[in-house]
Amino acid sequence: MLTSLKRIIYFGWKDFYSSLGLSLATCFILVIVIFLITSLFLLKGLSEHLIASVREKADITIFLKGDSSEEDILKLKEELVKMPEVKEVEYVSKEQALEKFTKEHKDEPEIMRALGLFDNPLWSSLNIKAFEAAQYPSLVSFLENSSPSNLIAEVDYPQRKLLIEQIFGITEMVKRAGIIISFILAVIAILVAFNTVRLAIYNSREEIKIQRLVGASNWFIRGPFIVQGAIAGFFSVVFSLFMILGIIYFLGPKIGFFLSGFNLLSYFLANLGTIALIQLATGVGIGVISSYIATRKYLDV
Amino acid sequence: MISFKEVSKTFFTRAGHKQIIALNGVSFEIKPAEFVSIVGKSGAGKTTLLKLILAEERPTRGEIFFNGDNLGKIKTAKLPRIRRKIGTVFQDYKLLPSKTAYENIAYILEAVGAEENEILRNVPEVLGIVGLESRAQNFPEELSAGERQRIAIARALIHRPKVILADEPTGNLDPYCALDIIKLLLKINEIGTTVILSTHDKEIINRLGKRVLTLEQGALVRDEERGHFIL
Repeated sequence: MLTSLKRIIYFGWKDFYSSLGLSLATCFILVIVIFLITSLFLLKGLSEHLIASVREKADITIFLKGDSSEEDILKLKEELVKMPEVKEVEYVSKEQALEKFTKEHKDEPEIMRALGLFDNPLWSSLNIKAFEAAQYPSLVSFLENSSPSNLIAEVDYPQRKLLIEQIFGITEMVKRAGIIISFILAVIAILVAFNTVRLAIYNSREEIKIQRLVGASNWFIRGPFIVQGAIAGFFSVVFSLFMILGIIYFLGPKIGFFLSGFNLLSYFLANLGTIALIQLATGVGIGVISSYIATRKYLDV
Repeated sequence: MISFKEVSKTFFTRAGHKQIIALNGVSFEIKPAEFVSIVGKSGAGKTTLLKLILAEERPTRGEIFFNGDNLGKIKTAKLPRIRRKIGTVFQDYKLLPSKTAYENIAYILEAVGAEENEILRNVPEVLGIVGLESRAQNFPEELSAGERQRIAIARALIHRPKVILADEPTGNLDPYCALDIIKLLLKINEIGTTVILSTHDKEIINRLGKRVLTLEQGALVRDEERGHFIL
């Protein structure tokens, strides 16, 4: 058993080495497939980042009456934070609101002059972010019907409703489209790789037949092809890993501007284990499974 | 050892419309250590008969037994066990092109799980029997037709099979080489191995003076103990 296993591994390595041209062509296709699958993984990270940063912009603001005490406001904030629908609550005091307003309009003298006529006319507010667009109506109805409703001057939900729904709708669509496109591309890539391995084995169909006719068992014939597939997959993974790391390292800072603050290199390094596993599963998996399936056809002698 | 009982084999053309009868109701028995020649014109069914013994083809009707195993019903996974008892010399040699002469012969022992020292001892010995020690490291494409056929015989012998099937082993060879191959097969038969030789070489059959089965259009028309080539 052990002798046969050693022979199978030896034959697999020898065949990989002796038909180096064909092996390298297989590796080349596998590298493309691994590169594509890894890119899809990185794109998933990027799209999640972009979706999250777009969704950050979807929120509602509760403007609080001028006579509300800070203690009541913070109590309301705490109540809101406890709600399962609420992702984040930010309290903006009257002073902070004035500071922000002044900063935004400092170059508009008329507005600044008008502002000077009053003693801080702005309201303090609470900015609320929910997890889903559909959660906002229930949040608003809670605010309108609960005890702290006497603190609330206005909720800007009716004006923001359309924008919030659009942001969530579009990002959800992008997410789904991303999953579908990734799935289709992954299937195409795997089929291309499978076909390459199948063609490489097609060249050996006569040899497989001879081996069967002289009494070799299926595993003794199939084993070296599987080993060859695994070797091709492994080399492709190692090459792809370094190639992608190199591309990200040199290209990442240059395209950082387009990625809206997404640090590709940190994401890659943080997920290195997962990426390496995905690459191994893709490269070695395709090599081994394709070899297994492709040889099956010629072993029926 | 080998028995055919009313064996027929029918093929269909690729389009599937036309039926070709390769063997038709053939029955015979071969005992251990016999030397049997199968003669007949091209297309008489000689190769089909050998393929049926090797279980490369299954009979359409009838039964074939090899050492008690019904070859028509045996599972594909169990075929290696049967084939290891048979050594086959193919007309087109069927050597593995990516392996040297030595490796081609050693492959059989490797496939049956023989130990390395056994391989190192037996392969040069068999290469000596076929007179090709000096060609051990040559690939099949670097060998002449006669040399390839002798390597094929060495491969068929290496695991000491019970039966040697030789399908027109002299078909591509000049008369000198052909005679050498037949002498080799006789030598193998003398040590107790059953030899089944398929040929259409009249001279060889008449010189052998052994049992001859004559096939005509898929039917067994003669079975003679000390036969001659009659068509």
